[in-house]
Amino acid sequence: MKCGETVDTGRRQALKTTGSVGVLGLLSLLGLLPVSALAALDRTAFEAKTLEEALDALGALIIKESPLLTLTAPDVAENGALVPVTIESSLINIEEIAILVDKNPTMLVSHLALPKGTEGFLTTRIRMAQTSRVIALLKADGKFYRAVKEVKVSLGGC
Amino acid sequence: MSAPTKIRASLTGESVEVRLLMQHEMENGRRKDAAGNLIPAWFITEFKVRHLGQVVLEGQFGTSVSKNPYLVFRFRGGSKGDMLSVTWMDNRGDSRVDEAVIS
Repeated sequence: MKCGETVDTGRRQALKTTGSVGVLGLLSLLGLLPVSALAALDRTAFEAKTLEEALDALGALIIKESPLLTLTAPDVAENGALVPVTIESSLINIEEIAILVDKNPTMLVSHLALPKGTEGFLTTRIRMAQTSRVIALLKADGKFYRAVKEVKVSLGGC
Repeated sequence: MSAPTKIRASLTGESVEVRLLMQHEMENGRRKDAAGNLIPAWFITEFKVRHLGQVVLEGQFGTSVSKNPYLVFRFRGGSKGDMLSVTWMDNRGDSRVDEAVIS
């Protein structure tokens, strides 16, 4: 597996396939497409070239640390293609969770919206191109919190 | 064509733990094939999990999500026998919906 330059084919392809907003809107009205409450189809944060840009696009201008937010990830990941990550928080009114890897070509890994009733707990698997910081960003009660962990990657998975 | 999302949901105490495995290549657009040509990006861009029609988790993915995206989360208010549905859509416009019952 070789990493080349960042190629933005995904976005181009998405633009091609989705076509006009009108058709998309109609399809979603008919319930044929999943439409996100996270500013429908706004993928600006995924295209960010720096961590600051990504955080800005997520609306996270002021970010605090909180003992009520924990990020669990391995100290060393043998395989960067499959790094398990768990985020847990007992903060109240959790609205969003985002996972970022600051040395990946696409820093934002995923961005999730948690409706009321969904607990502050998430496990997933991410790709890491190289040794980097993993950042769990959480929005609760309109405020942003983060937990950061450095993960050493033996074999980059891109 | 796409393969079904593996869904396991079980009630423990007051919350339902949901485990999902969406079967998808999640090509990030930076890999090359044997001939040295870039493999175009092909990945799930968004998904939604519903419990009895109400959204319990939704989100967007980028290309840094591992192949066959795996998620575990918990929500309150579910009962044994309730139906869960998982919908995803990828950047080629493919989508699929799969369902499972809470055990």
